Amino acid sequence: MRQDYLEIRGLRVAFDGFVAVDGVDMTVLQGDLRFLIGPNGAGKTTLVDAITGLTPATGSAKFDGVQLLGKKEHQIARAGVGRTFQTASVFEQLTVLQNLDIAAGATRRRLGLLRARRAVPPSVELAMETTGLTRLRDRLAGELAHGQKQWLEIGMLLVQNATVLLLDEPVAGMSADEREQTGELLRRVRRDHVVVVVEHDMEFLRAYADSVTVLAAGKKIAEGTYAQVQADPRVQEIYLGPGHTAEVS
Amino acid sequence: MTANWGRRAGVLGAYALALALLFGAAPLLLTDFRLRLLAQFLCLAMVAVGIGLAWGSGGMLTLGQGLFFGLGAYIMAIHLQLADAGPGGRPAFMVTGSGVPWWWELFRSPVTAVLGIVAVPGLLALLLGLGVFRRRVKGAYFAILSQASAAAFALLLISQQNSIGGSNGLSSFRSFFGFTLADPVNRRMLYFIAAGVLVGMVATVHQLRRSRYGELLTAVRDGEERVRFLGYDPALIKVAAYALAAVFAAVGGALFVPIVGIISPNSVGVVPSIGFLIGVAVGGRATLLGPVLGSLAVSYAGSTLSENFESVWIYLQGLLFVLVVAFLPAGVGSMPGVLRRWGGRRDPAPVPAGPALVDDPGPASAVPAVHTGGA
Repeated sequence: MRQDYLEIRGLRVAFDGFVAVDGVDMTVLQGDLRFLIGPNGAGKTTLVDAITGLTPATGSAKFDGVQLLGKKEHQIARAGVGRTFQTASVFEQLTVLQNLDIAAGATRRRLGLLRARRAVPPSVELAMETTGLTRLRDRLAGELAHGQKQWLEIGMLLVQNATVLLLDEPVAGMSADEREQTGELLRRVRRDHVVVVVEHDMEFLRAYADSVTVLAAGKKIAEGTYAQVQADPRVQEIYLGPGHTAEVS
Repeated sequence: MTANWGRRAGVLGAYALALALLFGAAPLLLTDFRLRLLAQFLCLAMVAVGIGLAWGSGGMLTLGQGLFFGLGAYIMAIHLQLADAGPGGRPAFMVTGSGVPWWWELFRSPVTAVLGIVAVPGLLALLLGLGVFRRRVKGAYFAILSQASAAAFALLLISQQNSIGGSNGLSSFRSFFGFTLADPVNRRMLYFIAAGVLVGMVATVHQLRRSRYGELLTAVRDGEERVRFLGYDPALIKVAAYALAAVFAAVGGALFVPIVGIISPNSVGVVPSIGFLIGVAVGGRATLLGPVLGSLAVSYAGSTLSENFESVWIYLQGLLFVLVVAFLPAGVGSMPGVLRRWGGRRDPAPVPAGPALVDDPGPASAVPAVHTGGA
């Protein structure tokens, strides 16, 4: 099987002179559940915004040999890069099934759109199973619990045929149970996806991260496994303040 | 499956009822005068059906449909004037001009007139829409922009006294595609055309709302950014609904002209543009029948009240709008849902716990014991 990867080189985002992301290099392989962490204002979300076309950036972000920077949001999405947002943004007035069906349909023929849906597309069926939403398919997305909305978002990325999944704080505000289920869900999808998770939750990170990239003030300061990153003095300094050294668990 | 068939039967029944009322009861029971009024209301309801699609389903607050209504109306009026004047003739109101303007000649033939009624507003809406939606102008800014375009159009018409009748507009049409307008039978035919076209428009919107396109349009209304990140270009989705609404408005305007007998800048400016909207807001913009029924009801109330108390209606209209926006923001069509919410607050069905924990949990399935502290 071919291995896909996301390759970021020298990525830089500046707003009116303020440099939010300053020359970040990062390579994420398929099958690797990568967590992106850092203090507030480190540039994590901005990095995701730059890759998905929401913020102009310089440098390079390539997936599948395609340069993503400079493309429009919907073109990047069609190139196989999908994202979620910090606040779950599902279509609240539509049902779970309709949400997923829309996500599956960006490449449908125009005229076909004028017909009603006859059957549930197999990819949608599969995504509902993977995310455990099959029983809720006719429920309005607005009525779902917080965790279910996030799963629906992940399901939408799956049917969208995104190979790169960029998830912005998927477990924020979730209960412990929901976190665990989300972690298992991410493990299931990482086999055939490139997954990058922006996260603040250290417990979640420790439990599920295959690898971790640490950003601070727009720069990458460490990368490696959880243990490697944790042992890095610069990371300890950022998280605990200068002069401290954390115990290594 | 039975529920599905029941629903389908209900829909067919509703269409049958509408056809029976429009084509059976109304022409039998109403006097010619009332039938003509109803035909006029049907034309205004066509605009409302389009607004229901663009605003209700698509979230585009089209405050300037007078522009498209006017385009359709004036193209029809130009054609009728030229047809009345005969081959090579020119309308009586043009006195000082050296000849009929070239853009009048475009609509001399009945074929180009009908094509123009659909194509001119449709293409204009396409261009305007792409320009506006590509730049991601939305919400109040879009509403102001569309209203300004209607105001500008009305001003343009007023300034063109010799070529388009100025503030007097165009009137005194004698025939409609060869049929004498003085003949009551032909007037009746105009009513049937309007009724048929309106039912066709409602059916079109009905199908669009059921279709994947309709779901997509609603998705754009509720989360344009999200749709973009799913790989769609929301501008194209919106512009399609906007252009269709424009064509509906134009066809309404075109039929309005022979039915009412006059079109002037007073019928296309800002005030009538808002008037088109009130019925839609009152009836329920996001429902299929809300816009058309709301528009008919408001037109009827308006004409009845202003027959009896001339100046009261304008205040009542304003009051109605305020009341609906304040207490029933989604219109009368949303009443059932609102009442249901007020009534039995039934708990939703139990929700399953979460993603099915099936499939392979990955190589590192043994979750490391969670420690506290550390990095």
